[in-house]
Amino acid sequence: MWIYEKMLEYPVKIKNPNPKMAKIIITQYGGPDGELGAALRYLSQRFSMITPQAIGTLNDIGTEELAHLEMVGAMVRQLLKGASLEEIEKAGMSAYYADHDRGVYPASASGVPFSAAGIQSKGDPIVDLTENLAAEQKARATYEYLINMADDPDVIEPLKFLREREVVHFQRFGEALRIVQDYLQEPHLFIMPKPDFLNK
Amino acid sequence: MKNENERFDLLKRLTAARFMVEDLHLYLDTHPNDREAIAKFNSYLMQTKKLRESYEKSYGMLTAHDSFSQYPWQWINEPWPWDYEANFELNRGEN
Ligand SMILES: [Fe+2]
Repeated sequence: MWIYEKMLEYPVKIKNPNPKMAKIIITQYGGPDGELGAALRYLSQRFSMITPQAIGTLNDIGTEELAHLEMVGAMVRQLLKGASLEEIEKAGMSAYYADHDRGVYPASASGVPFSAAGIQSKGDPIVDLTENLAAEQKARATYEYLINMADDPDVIEPLKFLREREVVHFQRFGEALRIVQDYLQEPHLFIMPKPDFLNK
Repeated sequence: MKNENERFDLLKRLTAARFMVEDLHLYLDTHPNDREAIAKFNSYLMQTKKLRESYEKSYGMLTAHDSFSQYPWQWINEPWPWDYEANFELNRGEN
């Protein structure tokens, strides 16, 4: 189960509305490498994970991603809240406005609604942890592209924090993968059954 | 809001200590035998608990499962964490 803490993991306080930035930052809310996908990926994979360390890592990074989802949503909302219709139109956000006004909807920067098609839960610990290493790198790269497009320090600071967390998560998943590999190589622990076609 | 500066100062210290708990938590998941890190975790958790307690005394509930409420029900009081007004300003250039 989960509990809610009524505070952000890192503050989001954006003075100036900027629908142009909202339009692209939304991708870390509901895009292919965003926080919602990350949380759902790790929290789903944990059911079939092995070794206490890797299970805990999935559970707890998955939970932290929910806190990041909240931060990104706060950023999008604050960037849109005070924006005029003219600014929204100039930012190329009319289509978003027509569907969601100044609300927060999980979609990518190009407007594709959130889809679980971009994530995987394979039931194989090595496969899943390897996917997660890539996922953390993709999220890190996205934050870097977003930082490249931003000029307001109020926007850049929380993006930098989120980027750093992806680096830490990558490190933790790397350690979890090594732990799982070592565990599987212990000779008396052949817990991965031979596929049927190898027994023929 | 009683005293904005004081509230933000407290929230800032709480956010910092709470973050150390989070980061050490993830680290310990893959390093469960690091005695020194466990000691650090416990000490930051103690700080977090104390800061949370003093914050809640003046500025309301931070959780709805582990905080007491006055009358009327305090949990739904604004601002919510995603509101501009709820967040403290970072002192840039200071760090
Ligand atoms: Fe992450």
